[in-house]
This record gives sequence, C-alpha cells and structure tokens, in this order.
Amino acid sequence: MSDSAGFSAFDAPAVRARAARMRVAILKMLTAAGSGHPGGSLSAADMLATLFFAPVLEFDASRLEWPERDRFILSKGHAAPVLYATLAELGLIEADELATLRRLGSRLQGHPDASQLPGVEVSTGSLGQGLSISAGLALGLRLDFGLGATARLPRVFTVLGDGELQEGQVWEAAQFAANYQLENLCALIDRNMLQIDGPTEEVMALGDVAAKFASFGWEAVDVDGHDVEALYGALSAPPVAGKPRVIVAHTHKGEGVSFMRDQAGWHGIAPTEEQCAQACAEICSCADWRDE
Amino acid sequence: MGKATRAALGETLIELADSGLDVMAVDADLAGSTTTAKFGAVYPQRLVEVGVAEQNMVAVAAGLSLAGKVVFTGSFAVFGTGRAYDQIRNTVCYNDLNVKLAPTHAGVTVGPDGGSHQMLEDIALMRVLPRMRVLVPADWRAAKAALRLAAETPGPFYIRLGRVEAPKIYGADERFEAGGAKVLRPGSDVTLVACGVEVNAALEAAHALSEQGVSAEVIDAFSIKPLDVATILESAAKTKAVVTCEEHNIIGGLGSAVAEALSEGQPCRLARVGVKDCFGQSGSPDELLRYFELDGPAIVKAALCVQTVS
Repeated sequence: MSDSAGFSAFDAPAVRARAARMRVAILKMLTAAGSGHPGGSLSAADMLATLFFAPVLEFDASRLEWPERDRFILSKGHAAPVLYATLAELGLIEADELATLRRLGSRLQGHPDASQLPGVEVSTGSLGQGLSISAGLALGLRLDFGLGATARLPRVFTVLGDGELQEGQVWEAAQFAANYQLENLCALIDRNMLQIDGPTEEVMALGDVAAKFASFGWEAVDVDGHDVEALYGALSAPPVAGKPRVIVAHTHKGEGVSFMRDQAGWHGIAPTEEQCAQACAEICSCADWRDE
Repeated sequence: MGKATRAALGETLIELADSGLDVMAVDADLAGSTTTAKFGAVYPQRLVEVGVAEQNMVAVAAGLSLAGKVVFTGSFAVFGTGRAYDQIRNTVCYNDLNVKLAPTHAGVTVGPDGGSHQMLEDIALMRVLPRMRVLVPADWRAAKAALRLAAETPGPFYIRLGRVEAPKIYGADERFEAGGAKVLRPGSDVTLVACGVEVNAALEAAHALSEQGVSAEVIDAFSIKPLDVATILESAAKTKAVVTCEEHNIIGGLGSAVAEALSEGQPCRLARVGVKDCFGQSGSPDELLRYFELDGPAIVKAALCVQTVS
C-alpha cells in the first residue's frame, strides 16, 4: 500500500473521497445485512479515513505483522461497518465480501472478530474496554521500542463512542494512561451527542469531554470530526511530553445522509433498499465523491 | 506446614523472567499480598501497578499480551475474576490472549476478612468460559508448577491461589500437565476427588477411613478444566462411590465438573463436600473449614454415607 506507508503528501480531497466511498460501503453492507449500526459508523468515517488514508498510521497492509506498525483499535465495536469499509479500501478484504456482514459463517461478524480478519488487532464489542487495551498495548510497545531503542516507537490509536464514556472503566484507563505518561497513545472520541436511548446529555450527561480528560492529565483537543484537515492536523501534531492525547471529534451521527443525520433512531437499525439507494445517491452527488 | 500457594506467584515470575521469558505482571493495589511485589522488586519495569481498578487491570494485561508479553494478573480472587468478568470473557477469552489470571486469597481460608473477600464462585465463573483453563494447586510446589505450565502454554489460564500456608504434598521433581490428575493414594472402596487445600483434608480423611476399614483412593484434580475424566472414571468404576472436596460453592466447581463426567460416563453414588450455596464469614481458616464442613471429618462422614449405600 503505497498510500499507507506514511510518506505521501496529505491530499484532503483524496481522503474525503475515501470517506465518501466508505459511507456508501457502510450503507450497502448494512442494507444487505438487514441489521447493524449505521449512525455511529457514518459519524466515524472521516476519522478512519484520515487515520488510514491521510495517512496518519504508519501501517503497511502488505506487512500486517510488522512489529513497529502503529496500531488501531476500534473500541466502539458496534461501528464495525466503518472498519470493514476501511479494510475493503485497504484491499485486505474483497468488496464483495461486505455483503456477508452478520451472516452465519461470515468473517464480518456483528462486532469485529480479530481471529478471522486481517488487519484487526483485537476483537471488540463490549464497550469501555478499548482504552485499557490500547493503554496496555502502548505501554508494552514502549517497553520494547522506547527509551533509547533504535527502532521507532509504535503508536496506538483508538476510537471510542461518546456514550461509551459512561463506562467507568474508561476513566480507570484514563488515569492509567496519564500516570504512565503514554505519549504513544491517542484516543479519538466520536462525539456525536447521541446514544441508543437518546441524546447523551439527556441519558447521562457527559459535559465537556475534553475538559474531563485534561483534568486527568491528558492533552485534550476539540476538533470538527468531519473536517479531515482539522483531524489530520490534530492527529499528526507532535506529542506533548509525558501526556497521552485525546481528540474529541465533534461529529454528527449519520453524517452524509440527510435523513439519518443527528437521529438517535438510526443508531442500530439498517436502511431498507429504497433508503439505501436514496442515501447512496446523496453521497455520490456530493462534492467529495470520486469514482475509484 | 508448607508455604502458601500465593507465595509461588512472585517467586515463579522471577524464575520465568530469569529464564528469558518475556513475562509481566499487572496488579491492583495488592502486590504485597499477592507477592507480585517480589517480582517487581527484581524486575521493576515488568510489574505494572494499576491502582484499585481490576477491570483496567485485566484489559491492560490484554493490551500487554498484544505486544507479545506473557502477562499474569493479580488482585484477590473475588475481584480479579468477578469484578472483571466481562473483561475476562470478551477481551481475554474471546481474543484467546496470553493472559494468566493468578489472583490470590480464594476460598474461606482467607479467614477474618469475611464473606465479602472469600471467593467461592470463581471456579464456576472461569470454568464456563470457552478457551479458559482452570488449575487449582494443592501446595506451593504444585502452584509453582501450575504457574509455569500456564506461562509456557499459549492462551488464557486461571490459577487459583490461596492465602494460608498449605501442607506440603509434592516433592521437587513432581510433573504436572493441564488435563492431568494425581492419584495420591490408591484405594478400592471410595474415591475422594479434591483440589486446592482440600487435597490435604482428603488425605487426612483417607487415613481416618482406613482406620475404620474403608479403603479410600485420593485424587488431586488440580486441572479442573480440562478435567482428567479418564482417571476419575477409572477410579469410580472400581470404587462405585465418589466424594468431591473443594473450598468452593458446591454449585459449578469441581463437584459439578465431576458430576457431569460421572453422569455421562460412569454413573455412581456421589457426595459433594463444599460450601453449600452460601457466603463465607469471618473466622480463622481452621474454624471456617470446620464450620463449613470442609475438613477431614466432614469428608469422612460424606465418604461413609456414599460408601455404605453402595
């Protein structure tokens, strides 16, 4: 993958085009599956597109076991479709396979199953655990590659949902990462303001997420989570000494599809064929769209 | 008296690290009690302290294992299994990670700390998890062997360790393997299948039974999952009467595992010595073993009951 080797210049329109294609793939696979989570997959599409295709991650799809690769962990495992769309863009799975999502025997389980899929570091699905796993991994990598070692220090990136922050374990991990000064850890929060039962601020108010992480000792940045240039800037900035980084990506659930945008009802239901066609038509007519 | 099984943890970790294994430990503010602090004193970078946060402890261990480490977790059995159950299920076992849960202070022999701290359901909780192996060592040497076995075998393990000194059962050259059991005393009238501190109680019971003319076979089922079904069925075919002995709820633990095996393969009379579906309480370890009818006399009583009927 020449475009994921970490040396190409940042091309924002190309990243936006990746995100648009990933959104179409998300909608089509969910429609084929008949169930799943469109809202939080669409809201995270620009984040994953930036991580993998700007690119931010030093990751080579042709050398998945490269020890010094940056790691990506999807803590909000229910957004599996956006990860599968990314794997398809990376060429790690065939586009045809996306239609097997959630079917018996498919590698594309309802939530990511690392034992079956290339390029997936760890299976997730139970919320609140990804930040701890990422922090442990970041610490382990630092022990092997940090502190005077000649090799580069691999980084760990993880995407959490905002509703997921209601899990207490996230804050156990937040204090751990700050205590161990995990500079090579970066968490992205998909701050789409909605969870299954409604707005986060009504279900269980989260308030100023960046301020909370900052108070735990993190470098905390607020960005527009659909602005790939802003995301790239925040993700590629040099680390602050001794601090893990959190990027609170302010997003819209269902971004890219007018009738799904900011609708909690689209958290966990699949579109019909008609809805899918309408949604894909919207995305394909947007300024970002480019055919492969 | 021998050393406590928990005393094996820190010592074995040091030996494993000395031998070149990339082993680490994660503990949750109990490193002194679990003895992982001994390991940390020799290998400070390899002991990760997470504070009072057992869910994070297990998932951080999972992350370290993804970086290629063989990782042991500490804390007490009640918190290190029950409090972190979803982390053990969905992260450690679902991903088949190289995480070895070795919390200490299992069972009523925790003593004065009382019921909140006496874990009696851990074998059941760990046994039902796919990919998890469950080892319950009877003494310090068996604990060292179990920890070493877990370290050298890929995938998740639960090693149940206790707080109190456990009488010495094994010599230095004893070999253990997952899925094995030890016939410690041959007999023909009744089979006593025990694990952990109850192995010594079963040996005491067998001695007392012999004085009453009853020949008891004693099996240390240190590997509860996988269970050495062949050894247990072979003994049951001979004695036609089995007593299981465990410092655990009679529901879901060794007694249940043996009952499942016997029902399918060698139906016979069975009595389960264990904590009878209740919580523990404060007291000295010996008082509690007697109070909950887990001591030698309780095993004798159960053995005479199944043996007489058959």
